[in-house]
Amino acid sequence: MSATTAVAQAPQGWVRRFRNNPTSLVGLAIFLAVILAAVFAPWIWPVDPLEQDVVERLVGPSLAHPLGTDSFGRDVLARLLHAGRISLLIGISSIALAMLVGSAIGIAAGYIGGWFDAMVTSLLDVLLSFPTLLLGLMVVAMLGSSVENLVLAIALTELAPFARVARAPTIALKNRDFIEAGRALGFSDLRLVVVHIIPNLISDVIVVASLWLAAAIRTEASLSFIGLGVKPPTPTWGGMIREGFENILDAPWLAVAPGLAILITVLGINLLGDGLRDAIDPKVRND
Amino acid sequence: MTEAPILEIRGLSVEFRSEGAWHAAVRGVDLAIQRNQTHAIVGESGSGKSVTALAVMGLLPQQSGRIQSGSIMLEGRELIGLSEQVLDKIRGKQVAMIFQEPMTALNPTMPVGQQIAEAVRAHRCCDASSAWNEAQRMLDLVRVPSAAQRMRDYPHQFSGGMRQRVMIAIALACQPRLLLADEPTTALDVTIQAQVLSLIEDLKREYGLAVMFITHNLGVVALIADCVSVMYAGEIVETASVNELFAAPKHPYTEALLASMPRVDRDGQLEPIGGIVPSIREIGAGCTFAPRCALAIERCHSMRPPLMEVAPERTVRCWVRGVAA
Amino acid sequence: MSQTPILAVKGLVKRFQVGGGLFSRPAIVHAVENVAFSVPAQGSLGLVGESGCGKSTVARSLLRLIEPDAGEVVFEGVDLLGLSKPRIRSVRQHLQIIFQDPYASLNPRRTVAQTLTEPLKVHGLQSSSEINARVAAALAEVGLPADSARRYPHEFSGGQRQRIGIARALVLAPRFIVADEPVSALDVSVQAQVLKLLDGLRARHGLSFLFVSHDLGVVRHICDRVAVMYLGRVIEEAPVPDIFDQPLHPYTQMLRAASPVPDPKARFALPRIIGEIPSAVNLPSGCAFHPRCPDAMPRCSVEAPPMLEVAPGRRVACHLHSASGPAENSRARP
Repeated sequence: MSATTAVAQAPQGWVRRFRNNPTSLVGLAIFLAVILAAVFAPWIWPVDPLEQDVVERLVGPSLAHPLGTDSFGRDVLARLLHAGRISLLIGISSIALAMLVGSAIGIAAGYIGGWFDAMVTSLLDVLLSFPTLLLGLMVVAMLGSSVENLVLAIALTELAPFARVARAPTIALKNRDFIEAGRALGFSDLRLVVVHIIPNLISDVIVVASLWLAAAIRTEASLSFIGLGVKPPTPTWGGMIREGFENILDAPWLAVAPGLAILITVLGINLLGDGLRDAIDPKVRND
Repeated sequence: MTEAPILEIRGLSVEFRSEGAWHAAVRGVDLAIQRNQTHAIVGESGSGKSVTALAVMGLLPQQSGRIQSGSIMLEGRELIGLSEQVLDKIRGKQVAMIFQEPMTALNPTMPVGQQIAEAVRAHRCCDASSAWNEAQRMLDLVRVPSAAQRMRDYPHQFSGGMRQRVMIAIALACQPRLLLADEPTTALDVTIQAQVLSLIEDLKREYGLAVMFITHNLGVVALIADCVSVMYAGEIVETASVNELFAAPKHPYTEALLASMPRVDRDGQLEPIGGIVPSIREIGAGCTFAPRCALAIERCHSMRPPLMEVAPERTVRCWVRGVAA
Repeated sequence: MSQTPILAVKGLVKRFQVGGGLFSRPAIVHAVENVAFSVPAQGSLGLVGESGCGKSTVARSLLRLIEPDAGEVVFEGVDLLGLSKPRIRSVRQHLQIIFQDPYASLNPRRTVAQTLTEPLKVHGLQSSSEINARVAAALAEVGLPADSARRYPHEFSGGQRQRIGIARALVLAPRFIVADEPVSALDVSVQAQVLKLLDGLRARHGLSFLFVSHDLGVVRHICDRVAVMYLGRVIEEAPVPDIFDQPLHPYTQMLRAASPVPDPKARFALPRIIGEIPSAVNLPSGCAFHPRCPDAMPRCSVEAPPMLEVAPGRRVACHLHSASGPAENSRARP
């Protein structure tokens, strides 16, 4: 093994590499903070996000309302935290769905090959040619905007990247010697895919998942912003930005707070995703 | 020996960084190559042979490799310590290198004629059309049939052996004095290898080149080398003329290597060498080969033997065998 | 004592389609054309040739990792090509394969134990004590320490990984092993270790081998007989060492002459080798080797020579050695 070639990294070393990268840790910290805030929202700030107070409308940040109130007198901080729950729930569910279905399609296409693969790839290309938002919009417009439909719509926009990222390694792996060895040993195709191929591409898929989670959250926010997201009065970040826009001159903090929330969340997820990718699949390393 | 050698390496040591610490990959290499001479460096993985060639070209990976000490003199000029700009002028013009995988060394999106012409222009400042003509002449020289038509073809349209010839054409386009060949025929079929080796031999004689030929194949060494250095775990362990090395190998590793090679011209017992090559992190105090050596004595494990001259132009790094005959 | 060969191949054909699109017909690569050979029980046949000769395709066709287009592969009396998928699976225990690339032949995410255990489980062995015993025995056979079982492939060197690959092939107690360039990717000294291992296994278990290689020295050492392939056909078949000491077919002679030997005294002017190996898409007419053959006769470009037994145990496909002899229109050979 020449010292000049890029040293093949042990797949199992990724935890250590991840820990050694400060950017990844920052991303992880932010992401965990956001999740915890969302999960423990009712305990962190036990105020009802839906409770209206006509007197205290459009009040600026104060002790009682650290982020002020909106045009209905609802506490912005409470809404922010609860909106976080919804947005994260939708984002994570849609990614999980896209990951499972998309990967399955990609693996099947890659492994079976031939006309099936050609057909699936064409369909994926069609899917990919739609701008993300437009696609989500079409689905929601057709099905109506409930939480479930939103998850479905966003999952659809993320399907193709997962299919792609699962298909490529499948094609590369299915002709690898150790798969041929498995066939020679009498293993069934199912066993080869489940036991041998999938574990070798899981890390790639997870990296894509983490990067597209950010996209999912942005898509949800965009859909909610244009009014096709979760219906009010349920708070979502996108919806809050929309409401904030309507009062931008009187109460600018109404738009800023959810905007910042999205920014921080997306930043954390991106850093985390980059960190995972670098740890799991480092190409040229300068030790 | 009347002429000064074209390449002279003294005490070259190269280090690589692995997991934060620097380790010696090549230690104390001495060698000299004359005009019209093929000097083979033979060794297995981890012997440091490729690293030595990269060090001469100044192509060590910047972040993780460095020359720790020693001197590399090309036609009397010290190469170590020269700036990248000066080295750029020297590379291609005075010393050229060919590699094992021509497909990765050639630009897949550029016709080969253009790649050779580019090499010509880089060092000879001539205009495009004379460079093109010169490139075609080179392609013909390396025995690519129908050179004129093939000038416009892309690398993928050539077979492995033909691509290797293109690489040789590029390397020799500016008539360097020294050619470094790093396993140039290892990836080729045996009959194609014979053709390419014969081509290199003919070109060497025609241009009066000094050739450093790196390989792991002792059969190839016997075929083309004038002089051989055997490397093990980063050190030269034996240097001799090709006839002497095969007739009477002195270093136990050289002997063991010869005894472990299956030969097509005769039957015989294979004697594998027990153990494995130590990694650069595991090099101990004594002789690097001692753990695997049948002749090792006490001293071999504790003190590193120097290269000892046992006859004119014949050195061995061994406490047991390094005594003058 | 009748010696029925453990493996007899007849008329093996495999063609691949390459390229072609909406308006152009795909080209046909004649990877394997009418290949026939047999391996005696407990014997070892070497299959040699250069790029494009089809030896790897033949090796994989024997195990039906590639499905041949025509022919017979008779293993212990049964034609494997006629078997159904489920029957093939059970036969697969007896016919195993070792690959060339020690870095690609093992699943990097499975421990050695998992890799060795899996085939046993798939073929119905349930008792974990029996499984562990077999895994330990396989590791011992290939000279690896018992604690290797817990480790991952990346923790081993190339030679050690190759041993793990061999252990995996052995764990089902096969009777026949197809070795596809098993030592080509290894250093010389490690090659010798693995070759010695294979030699030992052959002796201890009475295994039969088909040994695919481009290295004539390795083949001379480990094989009893050799079949030489060129552009999809077997052009000569003979026992070792005769085939290397007295090659009959001009291509075999060319191959032998071009193979480097670690002896500078054997260095003569490198043989005059004409041209390159043509692509397997546009096969030359008649004998596939005639464009490069120093002894080609007019007949060679017209008629493909049949494989004939010219001496006991020696078969050649060459008009120079045909029944009518190189009489008419021939040039004297130097």
